[in-house]
Amino acid sequence: MEYLSILFDQVYKILFLLIPVLVSVAMVVWLDRRVWAFVQKRQGPNVVGPFGLLQTIADALKYIFKEIIIPSSSNKVIFILAPIVTMTLALIAWAVIPFSATQVLADINVGILYLFAVSSLGVYGIIMGGWASNSKYPFLGAIRSAAQMVSYEVSIGVIIINVLLCVGSLNLNDIVIAQQNLWFVIPLFPMFVIFFISALAETNRPPFDLPEAEAELVAGYQTEYSGMMYAMFWLGEYANILLMCAIGAILFLGGWLSPLEIYPFTLVPGPVWLVLKILLLFLLFALVKAIVPRYRYDQLMKLGWKVFLPLSLIWVVLTASYLFYFNLLPVN
Amino acid sequence: MIAHSIFFYTFSIIAIVSAIMVTASKNTVHSVFFLILDFISISCLFIMIGAEFLGMIMLIVYVGAVAVLFLFVVMMLNVAQQKNQWFSSEESSKHIPVGLIISTLIFVELIIVVGGWKYKPDLFDINNSIEINNVSNTHSLGQVLYTDYIHIFQISGMILLVAMIGAIVLTFRKRVGVKTQSYIKQISRERSDGVSVVKVESNKGVRIDD
Repeated sequence: MEYLSILFDQVYKILFLLIPVLVSVAMVVWLDRRVWAFVQKRQGPNVVGPFGLLQTIADALKYIFKEIIIPSSSNKVIFILAPIVTMTLALIAWAVIPFSATQVLADINVGILYLFAVSSLGVYGIIMGGWASNSKYPFLGAIRSAAQMVSYEVSIGVIIINVLLCVGSLNLNDIVIAQQNLWFVIPLFPMFVIFFISALAETNRPPFDLPEAEAELVAGYQTEYSGMMYAMFWLGEYANILLMCAIGAILFLGGWLSPLEIYPFTLVPGPVWLVLKILLLFLLFALVKAIVPRYRYDQLMKLGWKVFLPLSLIWVVLTASYLFYFNLLPVN
Repeated sequence: MIAHSIFFYTFSIIAIVSAIMVTASKNTVHSVFFLILDFISISCLFIMIGAEFLGMIMLIVYVGAVAVLFLFVVMMLNVAQQKNQWFSSEESSKHIPVGLIISTLIFVELIIVVGGWKYKPDLFDINNSIEINNVSNTHSLGQVLYTDYIHIFQISGMILLVAMIGAIVLTFRKRVGVKTQSYIKQISRERSDGVSVVKVESNKGVRIDD
């Protein structure tokens, strides 16, 4: 009985987290399209609901009522599993995101490693979808994206090491609290820039959307998908983008901390600050999509391995030696 | 406690079944997916005994990186066809006894290791040590890894480095006749290199060199 009550309590908490995340994913798709349109001097979605806010809901309804087509030559089990994997991985990562000192679903010791592990698993949804479709364009897209995500994960890992050197803990709440005096975006600014660009590549956003480059690969790994399964890929992608923004906000922008610890700012609760920071990063994501042209594939690989990886490694050495020399290493 | 054992048996059954399926399934890509499932359930078991750092590193390194490269190789090389040919040919029957001997050896070794660890006189009790030291296992791992075992740790790093350099040397080849992009050449290009003003006489035209 006791176990059941714990279970219900947890399920309630999980729903309380996941439903806002899903709703905000829908809103963020709208925001992305509006920003994109704004840059190009168009209107964007503005018909359904006030300011077109319900456009994504209408799109999702359309996808739900469409027929799901499974190609006869595909590997059916894996074909169906792929969007489910993408969506699930995008959602389970939110379990460790701290919204304030106490509002976190699972305050685990290795929170940042968990986030890193889940984001590195994200590549499987794409590979599975691309391979199981048994078709040329999806397979090429999947191969591209796997290579791209594995490459950029390396530099993201090294950037995380930079932050961890300054914190001395893998717990996400500790990382936030360590930024009480100074957000890490100031001392580690080059790492923040590299993290942002790597996050673009990791989530297959333009200018690194080679896996689904519509001019060369139709829609990449999503080509054979239709109806609800396509919608799940699509929602999972945006949930992943929001997640990367959240990771960036926690690692560099002080998570749920308010920018200044003085009177009017301290009235605003922590979750609001975190959401504002996530939105700020997302606006940058959306602007980059509208402004920057697509990279060529070899340039993308060159950027990942020959520029970002050495730069972030050198920065690790610099950070470590600075902390060691001035005896600032966190010890507990 | 009951919930704990339910989870333990679920994860271990999934691990064992998927390990069997890695060898049993006909499709090699399915084998790799079962291998990934195996890795994931093993890392869940690690987390259950309180070794959360090992579990997460297992996920990041094996599932996030190594298995992706496995999948690459298996998908690109068309191993499935070769495997089917091999199983249907006469040759395969010769390899079965060898495989059996090796697997029995590994099994016996595993049993010896488990027995020797269990009946060691000064068996290290995991549960007590956590309560006494009150440090997370990431910290305690770092404390021994960078003090008592620093040499072994450094040597294993060197071995990995040598393996990496070896792989690069083996696959590196200088291709001739391939046009590559050189940023320095592109940036350092001046107007005087590319454009020249030519005085064209009437009725003569101009010869353009390429």
